Amino acid sequence: MALSLEEVRRIAGLARLRLSADEERTFAVQLSAILDHVRQLEELDVSGVEPMTHALAAGESPALRADTVEPSLAPAEALAAAPAREGTCFKVPRIIE
Amino acid sequence: MTVAATELTALSLREAGAGIAAKAISSRDLVEAALARIAATDERVGAFLAVTAERARAAAAQADQRAAAGERRSELDGVPIAVKDIFATKGVPTTAGSRILDGWLPPYDATVVQRLEEAGAVLVGKLNMDEFAMGSSNENSAFRPCANPHDLSRTPGGSSGGSAAAVAARQVHGALGTDTGGSIRLPASFCGVVGVKPTYGRVSRYGVIAFASSLDQVGPLARSVEDAALLLGRIAGHDPRDMTSSTRPVEDYLATLEDGARGLRVGVPREWFQGGVDAGVEKVVRTALRTYEKVGAKLVEISLPHTKYGIAAYYLIAPAEASSNLARYDGVRFGLRAEAKGLRDMYAETRARGFGAEPKRRIMLGTYALSAGYYDAYYLRAQKVRTLVRRDFDEVFRSCDVVAGPVAPTVAFKLGERTEDPLQMYLADVFTITCNLAALPGLSVPCGVDGATGMPVGLQLVGRSFDEATLLRAARALEREAGPLPAPALAVGTMPGSEH
Amino acid sequence: MPVSDFQMVIGLEVHAQLLTRSKIFCGCSTAFGGVPNTHVCPVCLGLPGVLPRLNAQVVEMAVRTGLALGARVKEKSVFARKNYFYPDLPKGYQISQYELPICEGGVVELALGGEEKRIRLVRLHMEEDAGKNLHDVSADGASGVDLNRAGVPLLEIVSEPDLRSVDEAVEYLKSLRAILMTLGVNDGNLQEGSFRCDANVSVMRKGADRYGTRCEIKNMNSFRFLRAAIEYEVRRQVGIVEEGGKIEQETRLFDPDRGETRSMRSKEEAHDYRYFPEPDLPPVVVGPELVERVRRELPELPRARAARYQRDLGLSPYDAGLLVSERAVAEFFDRALELYGRGPDAAKKLANWMNGEVARLANERSEDPSAWKLTPARLASILKLLDGQIVGGAGAKQVLEEVFATGAEPDEIVRARGLAQVSDTAAIEAAVDEVLASSPGEVERYRAGNKKLLGFFVGQVMKIMKGKGNPAVVNALLKQKLGD
Repeated sequence: MALSLEEVRRIAGLARLRLSADEERTFAVQLSAILDHVRQLEELDVSGVEPMTHALAAGESPALRADTVEPSLAPAEALAAAPAREGTCFKVPRIIE
Repeated sequence: MTVAATELTALSLREAGAGIAAKAISSRDLVEAALARIAATDERVGAFLAVTAERARAAAAQADQRAAAGERRSELDGVPIAVKDIFATKGVPTTAGSRILDGWLPPYDATVVQRLEEAGAVLVGKLNMDEFAMGSSNENSAFRPCANPHDLSRTPGGSSGGSAAAVAARQVHGALGTDTGGSIRLPASFCGVVGVKPTYGRVSRYGVIAFASSLDQVGPLARSVEDAALLLGRIAGHDPRDMTSSTRPVEDYLATLEDGARGLRVGVPREWFQGGVDAGVEKVVRTALRTYEKVGAKLVEISLPHTKYGIAAYYLIAPAEASSNLARYDGVRFGLRAEAKGLRDMYAETRARGFGAEPKRRIMLGTYALSAGYYDAYYLRAQKVRTLVRRDFDEVFRSCDVVAGPVAPTVAFKLGERTEDPLQMYLADVFTITCNLAALPGLSVPCGVDGATGMPVGLQLVGRSFDEATLLRAARALEREAGPLPAPALAVGTMPGSEH
Repeated sequence: MPVSDFQMVIGLEVHAQLLTRSKIFCGCSTAFGGVPNTHVCPVCLGLPGVLPRLNAQVVEMAVRTGLALGARVKEKSVFARKNYFYPDLPKGYQISQYELPICEGGVVELALGGEEKRIRLVRLHMEEDAGKNLHDVSADGASGVDLNRAGVPLLEIVSEPDLRSVDEAVEYLKSLRAILMTLGVNDGNLQEGSFRCDANVSVMRKGADRYGTRCEIKNMNSFRFLRAAIEYEVRRQVGIVEEGGKIEQETRLFDPDRGETRSMRSKEEAHDYRYFPEPDLPPVVVGPELVERVRRELPELPRARAARYQRDLGLSPYDAGLLVSERAVAEFFDRALELYGRGPDAAKKLANWMNGEVARLANERSEDPSAWKLTPARLASILKLLDGQIVGGAGAKQVLEEVFATGAEPDEIVRARGLAQVSDTAAIEAAVDEVLASSPGEVERYRAGNKKLLGFFVGQVMKIMKGKGNPAVVNALLKQKLGD
């Protein structure tokens, strides 16, 4: 089943990816092929089967963290990699609500 | 100090550490030898994305001081290692093989890096990888290709290609990689080294740049099973910073390593030998299985009926988790930012420029699999199939102790051979992937060389949950019998352009 | 306006910041305010490679709240990722709970105009707060991102659409807020945003059997704004329906300057949040021991306490209601009452002072009971001084003000400032005689029937006595001498 270009654009929008026209076409083809392959899973009877959403067995997990305050980063460290800053804020293009 | 550099780099991790302990060699010499080997070979191999020479030399000096004062921290103290560029290293560039993190300096260390440094191991650099661990050949690295030291026209495998190549090329004595669908075991097999993927939860993922959170695991690559066991023993164990890390105590893997394979029940899955494997590879693997019989193990025919569905399940779950994990690369707080007029453009342009094709593809796939209307049919169904895969293994472990078979259908393929068709590339993972889905431990141990190409072949072993000790013991039994693999010519300096 | 043909239907979603010391998934402080990005770490910054660590106190507070509201606490609940892009959301997803929240059901009981109503809850769940976007941080109109608040724990409490008027909505919020404050899980501060509310509003024709399409209204950070927003939205929706139009399901922001709601721009794609279970966190397990311990430790809740005050102390519903809205105030009242006296009279007097002068001074000084220099003992003292007519009403108020300011003991203050009132009959009689003698005209007019002049005489006497005359004695003597 082929993925339409429209679908590809919708997904790219959700994922905040700008794709070139070439990429859109290529991905449409490639993703369709992959989705065709994964459709194999429909052959299986999964009724009553629990999804394995957590890979660590219950009982192996650690205890929760106590509510104590730990040192934070200094703002200089927090912002060290910031592509743009204003004061101690991360600066971004104007946000319009 | 009269040991030649080539001899130094040939030492196993254990031998190097023992040499320091016996004061026969110094950490400084080991580090200089490693740096020299890297300088002489890495232009051709491409295992490293960053070499931290000054830092390594400083660490070596301290290791030597400790050795002189009789205060060595561990058997690894002073021994040069390197880690995949997926691990956060404080103040050292960490890219995950991607342009979107070009130049990023983490303000913290990954837990496993901290543990190795606490053990005294000397970090020599950051290793090449497929971008965000997505790939099976290291060809998705945004920075430079990596080549297989046994044959520079072939891939080293991926995504921990640099880790396997650096160890095979004797640039370092051991390395860390990560394995999500085979990314340690596959390159280990292709490059003729040992690679271990522990049980999910055995090793902390804190500081490991996330690809697929429920599948990623950290593991060692080394030239011998013993070395791998040494490294694993150092990095394994609960980390309070990782709530998916198990609280189970870590066994002493070395204690039982030499116990042999007598009485071991080795399961051979019929689905792994149904014609999907290259003849040369199958021949070497079957020889290894006969070796097990020779040393007293028992081969048991088993079935893993859901093997063929592994790729499908994996390529829904992993991209789904990845699409979410990679959302933080948005140009706001770190990494690449594309200049743009508005916020939405900034996001779209940053991610368009920063991500290569494979991450984009997987983000798209994952976003689709999770999106409204598709979640049940894709993501949820794949998670249920995952349970079926796990049940397959639970069932076979009633009649066997380890599962054995090929790591990959082929030996290392040629660079450029599969880059056109992503699905073809994905299918290389067919034997390794079910182990990740089932959250079980697995490893690759070199078991021979393919007659036609001369390329290494690895045997895959998969074990019970948290039973790394049995896996390592079984691998060691084979290694003892099979003998060492020939080192690549490049590693012993017999290629033109390499040092004496 | 034929709004009366229509019935408004309201459901409320409250996001309450939990009063933990550290954030939900890391050890950064939850303290409000602060220089931007001074309470952040790699985890709440969402840096590559980090992982969340769940704060046990968040779970406990969620359980406490669920139990207090009569909800079912789930033994197993699961965190989930809610995926969307926004600068104040560092990971590009919010860790929340989706299919399996920690509590389900529950109820908030209201008393409105003498009638009782039960508002049912759908669920309670835990999630992390986002950071803050700041507008116009530089000359070019750029925005700034402050992640101090990112990762602060929130409890989301969702009601069924059982509310049928703005009054009910406000009463629901006040009741819920009082409960959360009594439990010690939230500080009830709307302005600072630690207690936030979104409203789902729809209208239907009276007698209809189906709800209309609802809109979500956000950004109402006071009860006044909430009222205005809902009233506007209801009028807007009724207007559309009457013209035969269709209500579009959307999210709308309340604009306090205009008193209107308007559509949020980001509605091009009805958000597809692509929820899936959070793989980095194991399922949350709440065992019976935890539930029992938390249940045992539940404090007396506002409604129960108010009922007790009415029943045992004879306080009016109004007085009781004011006292219980803050746990610390109610506890102060209880303690003061123990020291002051028994019976409905004592309770009433104390309640009047607590809800009157004490509340006024506390508000003026913006002080919580924990910061008051007034103690239960000092308040009891003041009331006893008043009862003993050592001071009059005005004097007592002055003493109270000074206690608030300096924490000095009431009888010390009376002594130091000479506030003791004079009850000595002879002295007062002398002053009364002096006043009556110097105002013969007024005396005559009073005796002729202008009883209002009593106030004038009292004022004159007080002037001579420098305000310290015991009013009861002054009044009695005046009336006696004036021949009443």
